[in-house]
Amino acid sequence: MNRRSILMAPLIVPLVTLAAPAVRAAGESGDGARWAEIRRELFGDRPIEPAGDRLVLEAPGRAEDAAVVPVSFTATAPRRSPDGVRSVHLIIDNNPAPLAAVFRFPPDGADPAVATRIRINEYTPLRAVAETADGRLIMAERFVKASGGCSAPAGKDQVAALARLGRMRLNGADAAAPGRPATLQVLISHPNNSGLQFDQISRTYVPPHYLTTIAIAHAGRPLLAVDADISLSEDPSIHFTFVPDGPGPLTVRAEDTKGGVFDGAWPVAGAPGG
Amino acid sequence: MAAGRRAVLRGAAVVAPALLASAAVPAAGDPLPMRQPAPGLHVHMGVHEESTPANAGLIANIGFIVGRDAVAVIDTGGSAEAGRRLRAAVRAVTDRPIRYVINTHVHPDHVFGNAAFVADRPAFVGHRALPAALAQRAPHYREALRRTFGDAMAEASAAVPPTLLVEDSLDLDLGDRRLTLRAHATAHTDNDLTVFDHAGGTLWASDLLFAQRIPAVDGSVTGWLAVLDELAALPARRVVPGHGPVSEDWPGALADQRRYLTVLADEVRAVIRAGGTLERAVETVGRGEAGRWVLFDDYHRRNVTAAFVELEWE
Ligand SMILES: [Zn+2]
Repeated sequence: MNRRSILMAPLIVPLVTLAAPAVRAAGESGDGARWAEIRRELFGDRPIEPAGDRLVLEAPGRAEDAAVVPVSFTATAPRRSPDGVRSVHLIIDNNPAPLAAVFRFPPDGADPAVATRIRINEYTPLRAVAETADGRLIMAERFVKASGGCSAPAGKDQVAALARLGRMRLNGADAAAPGRPATLQVLISHPNNSGLQFDQISRTYVPPHYLTTIAIAHAGRPLLAVDADISLSEDPSIHFTFVPDGPGPLTVRAEDTKGGVFDGAWPVAGAPGG
Repeated sequence: MAAGRRAVLRGAAVVAPALLASAAVPAAGDPLPMRQPAPGLHVHMGVHEESTPANAGLIANIGFIVGRDAVAVIDTGGSAEAGRRLRAAVRAVTDRPIRYVINTHVHPDHVFGNAAFVADRPAFVGHRALPAALAQRAPHYREALRRTFGDAMAEASAAVPPTLLVEDSLDLDLGDRRLTLRAHATAHTDNDLTVFDHAGGTLWASDLLFAQRIPAVDGSVTGWLAVLDELAALPARRVVPGHGPVSEDWPGALADQRRYLTVLADEVRAVIRAGGTLERAVETVGRGEAGRWVLFDDYHRRNVTAAFVELEWE
């Protein structure tokens, strides 16, 4: 991604964030202006239609843990129809870095339906903006009440988290079979430090260190590519669905802001080892 | 671009989860009402509420143990006011020096009265992992204090880090009164400390045991179940939970919490095995425990979330 302005994780840690405890009430005026700014930067003057039932966005109205808010979207139009979805921008208006991730679905890739987990820093509109095969933008939105997710201290068990840094896990592969839709979960152990977490011992912010890309493929066929930012939760999780066309390894490559590259491979749909 | 970024950042409020709970309300500065379940063992019972300015964050069980030569305070409440009132309760009983202030873990309702004891120059005692946890969470907790109590009380309730760390276990002698402190593996948090008072066979379990009030998983559900087994093997005659009444039913007092944590772990694992998502677990897990715990609706779903993101790595 070459966009790096208000939308992305701050490269320079914003001291103002913790110093000024400004609390903005939900729905206060300003949300519209903020969205207008985000929208202009991401999509210019392109029209955006309400998605209606073509794109279903799900998230809790009130999150239990602002650092781990489950969110999912499902595009319902057939892949090859004009309404078929090719990419989805997940946007959290009031986060320090509003663009949480862009999910790209190749024409022969995974279904445009993903569940993941995000950080939410304050009450905010949450949006999924999908681009269709014929180049239109459609949007679904929700309002989520949660706060503190971006600056919440990491990890309940620091020792365990360090011990598994970089580990990956694939869940659901056992049930996958050629020709049938399979829903799999990729889990990547990574602190995904937002750069907004303050450590009082060192008197500094924990430096930002987060995954920037996640690419998933099956037997060499690209299924899903994610451009990610700090709003994805620690230990990023992605549920996705695809139809295996035969045996082959499911491969995942993730890259982070420090140049770390993490690879995982698992046999799926009767494949011999990945 | 810089201006745009600042504009976007301005609204970023730092807000903490409501980990605080709350307590009864006599006038500020009055000695806390204490119970004495055993000679020299003084406990103030927290109430099962969230924190409010009216209750000064007096929600966890806090107290002190008096030996021949000295006093050890165990947890200090959720604000400087709570600490001052606890200190007044010590002075209502004895003028022996307060040599130790033990913090059983990082949670605000156990540590933010510490400031009231600084002038006594005690050793502040904590788990080896307490300094790191406190450092990470202090800014977050400070915001919560401000929102709950206002700026003045938040300022007064400075975080006081431990000066004496417990690596594994540590004995303190108050004069004919030996206390054994144990630093546990990750359970309720990653910095849980218990105090065993040999004189009366009292285990001060603090938040490793919740009674009546729903347990809060802020560490590891499997770790907590393992630590419960270790605690159950101790020759205690009495247990002081972090929340809920002192009990002489040992180790029977652990049963309700063990059941809750077991149900939580088992049902979350079942959802994971079936390929279910976190959302699904949050909606379905542990519903049979509703009605058995105070504040269930406030904490249970968060516990499911914590258990899920832990257990999906098994
Ligand atoms: Zn606690």
